[in-house]
Amino acid sequence: MIRLRGRAIYRGKARGLALVSPVPIGFLGGVDAETGRVIEVGHPLEGECIAGRVLVFPSGKGSTVGSYTLYRLAKVGKAPAAIINARSEAIVAVGAIMAGIPMVDLVDITQIHTGDIVEVDGEDITVG
Amino acid sequence: MMLLTEEEQAMLAGAQGPAVQKAMQMIVALAEIYSAQGLVPIVSAQVAGVSYKNLGDAGLEFLEEWAAQGARVRVPTFMNPAGMDLERWQEMGIAPEFARQQQRIIQALMTMGVALTCTCTPYLVGYAPRQGDHLAWSESSAVSFANSVLGARSNREGGPSALAAAITGRTAAYGLHVSENRRATHVIEVHCPLCSEADYGALGYLVGKSVGDGVPYFRFLAQPPISSQTKGELRLEHLMALGAAMAASGAVALYHIEGVTPEASYALSPAGVLPVISIADITEGYIALDSPLDEIDFVSLGCPHSTLADIEKAAALLEGKRVKATLWITTSRAVREVAEQRGLVARIEAAGGKVFSDTCLVVAPVEEMGFKAMATNSAKAAFYSPMHSKLQCRFGSLEQCIQAALRGRWTGEDRNLKT
Repeated sequence: MIRLRGRAIYRGKARGLALVSPVPIGFLGGVDAETGRVIEVGHPLEGECIAGRVLVFPSGKGSTVGSYTLYRLAKVGKAPAAIINARSEAIVAVGAIMAGIPMVDLVDITQIHTGDIVEVDGEDITVG
Repeated sequence: MMLLTEEEQAMLAGAQGPAVQKAMQMIVALAEIYSAQGLVPIVSAQVAGVSYKNLGDAGLEFLEEWAAQGARVRVPTFMNPAGMDLERWQEMGIAPEFARQQQRIIQALMTMGVALTCTCTPYLVGYAPRQGDHLAWSESSAVSFANSVLGARSNREGGPSALAAAITGRTAAYGLHVSENRRATHVIEVHCPLCSEADYGALGYLVGKSVGDGVPYFRFLAQPPISSQTKGELRLEHLMALGAAMAASGAVALYHIEGVTPEASYALSPAGVLPVISIADITEGYIALDSPLDEIDFVSLGCPHSTLADIEKAAALLEGKRVKATLWITTSRAVREVAEQRGLVARIEAAGGKVFSDTCLVVAPVEEMGFKAMATNSAKAAFYSPMHSKLQCRFGSLEQCIQAALRGRWTGEDRNLKT
């Protein structure tokens, strides 16, 4: 079991299977807001569904309207259970707060692998 | 460690209700992410993300929910352009379903107390900030103008964060709110004379590409001497075009012009040598923005929103003639009203052109209107149109664009070297 501590962007408790992207995620046009599937062509997570997963990626990218995509995902029950970033930026942080998704950043995300069971509690993360 | 006042802590704890709490959570998260020392009270906010084309149902639902929760702005706050003229949308060819959803967005923002300005040029219609004012503005060309030409202080806020700032009356004090970050990062020496707004746009395109989110400091070496009283040949429209282009091809939120802009003398730090970019020719900017089209069926002026002077110029060029292509001139409601009182709108519309307010070609659903080839005098619009509206375009001066509207084809000096 690995314990990690980051910085809470939006405090909350969540548990789920990790889905890890080695590259940034853009939510507007990158993730389908109705299904939670990654639709950006050529993205390492293309075709994966982020619903209910602990979504781990370095940082957000793209349009600031992407914040609303996270909100929509939460509305239709397709949001990730939690978000873990190496370094957070405005789009995902604002989106997580809008949507009420627990979010932590300043984490060494190389310690987490797709399929790990991850628990987020405030700024604390437990892997495995 | 970030310092919050007692009132700010209370807002964060929910003492002023869930809507304010959510807004404060966003502002505090941004302050933490960008290592701000604290928050700063703002004088005004400008909210982008108004068009249904960009917001979609997700944005619409969020705004309605926030409004229903009791979110209300506490400083003067104004809207960016919407996806349509709010009154004449049918004439634009907007679908009724789009119009309905757009009206809901406007209604939600108005419920929160956001003023129905629907413009990217609030500084032209009574909302010009003063030097040193802290703002939370989000439309990139408006942010550039407020920082650079007026000396106010705003970062490029996202639409939701500008609204959160309006609801709390504060924003995170980082980036361009901090004096030290307002110094120049690059010196741009321009050795060729520039004439039209399109020339300034082409220059802005090139500079934005090379400095990214830096702070360029311009020396116009081939222009007639500029005095701070007359500003030489530099017109308001030139500054608007330059800033809008740099904010589109790069992320420039502040620039300085030697002898012209209010913070130019502060911009060059006494210590340190800056990289110098020398520009002797802006043809490359035209090459990037101008496509070799012959037939033109859509001409769009007004990105940023047209000034009264530009509307007057267009009216004079159209006098007694008739357009072959669809011609849109987009501007703010306030400027359109004045143009109407002066008979300019009637003269343009007698020639078959349209003067629309509240919207522009960047945020309207232009891709659904069946146009094939566009002409514009806006480097920003020429940069975004292939992506946002699936339209290739001709890029040139206002005069060239009006000629294209009258003849249905592009004529005049051909700066395009694309083959």
